[in-house]
Amino acid sequence: MNFAPTIEAVHHGALLSASEAGPAPKRLVVAYGFWIFLLSDIVMFAAFFAGYAVLVRATAGGPTGAELFDQTNVAIETACLLASSFTCGLMSLAANTRNRVRTYFFALVTFVLGAAILALEIREFGDMIAIGATPHRSAFLSAFFALVGCHGLHVAAGLVWLVVMMAQIATRGFRPAVERRLLCFSLFWHALDIIWVGLFTVVYLMGVSP
Amino acid sequence: MTEAQYGRAPGDNSSDPVEAWEPSGLLVYTIGLLLAVLLTTTSFWVANTSLLWAPGIALGLAVLAIAQMGVHLVFFLHITTGPDNTNNVLALAFGVLIVFLVIAGSLWIMADLNEMMPPAELMDLHMQH
Repeated sequence: MNFAPTIEAVHHGALLSASEAGPAPKRLVVAYGFWIFLLSDIVMFAAFFAGYAVLVRATAGGPTGAELFDQTNVAIETACLLASSFTCGLMSLAANTRNRVRTYFFALVTFVLGAAILALEIREFGDMIAIGATPHRSAFLSAFFALVGCHGLHVAAGLVWLVVMMAQIATRGFRPAVERRLLCFSLFWHALDIIWVGLFTVVYLMGVSP
Repeated sequence: MTEAQYGRAPGDNSSDPVEAWEPSGLLVYTIGLLLAVLLTTTSFWVANTSLLWAPGIALGLAVLAIAQMGVHLVFFLHITTGPDNTNNVLALAFGVLIVFLVIAGSLWIMADLNEMMPPAELMDLHMQH
């Protein structure tokens, strides 16, 4: 991967300076702007992570992470999210070649896997609330529900966005505007996966290991 | 398209016919998936094994997580060190700096605060129980 741009640059001549090259294509401007948004989203998650890390031992005599977390559940969620990130990549490849059937197929797989994560998260929350481990039981649980719930909200928003994108492809076809939104969607979905990596490590694995 | 003159959008896997011989998109995603699965399985193993030195496990998990985030950035988000990716990498570097300051700063300040607090019997306000 790394050598490709270098050879490309040789092929086209060196990169022009911004003043010589003129305005950048819209696809690039939109994706870069969305990249900045994603980074700010990650900074927001960092604040939730910091809050969780500070409050993780503030259980106020209530249940601790080691007593509450089910590793099998987390492993299934992680597998679903990794697989959905992969199928999201395949979807953007199919969209690049404007292959409708494959785009729909991989979008459907991505949606099902995403919905599975959301369902598992909701079930986990439900089980915890049923045994009295609600967000107002302790500061640790408040921080836990805020952090994991915020990720869950992002997944839910991503699922809605994916449905909207498929409707747009169906009604408007592969227009440049639709393709730009698809690119932003795949950035969003992959970024969610990166946040989940931090989440399952910090919350679940560090929470259950002695 | 002469997008190379402007740089590359984050997440854009080039479909430029000029570079048809570069590793195909499918291959890149597959390698990314395999590495991610490998790192995730190692993380779960590290958290559950009794073979490793217990105090080092948290650090090991952090290293594995950061490595996996790197794999995701390179293979799924297509962030590279190439000259057409400078803007994306600079924005990412700034984001990482802020994330580091927020997390490390909070942990440092709050640990310090807990240390300064009077013992729990006198004042039941601190966060370590």
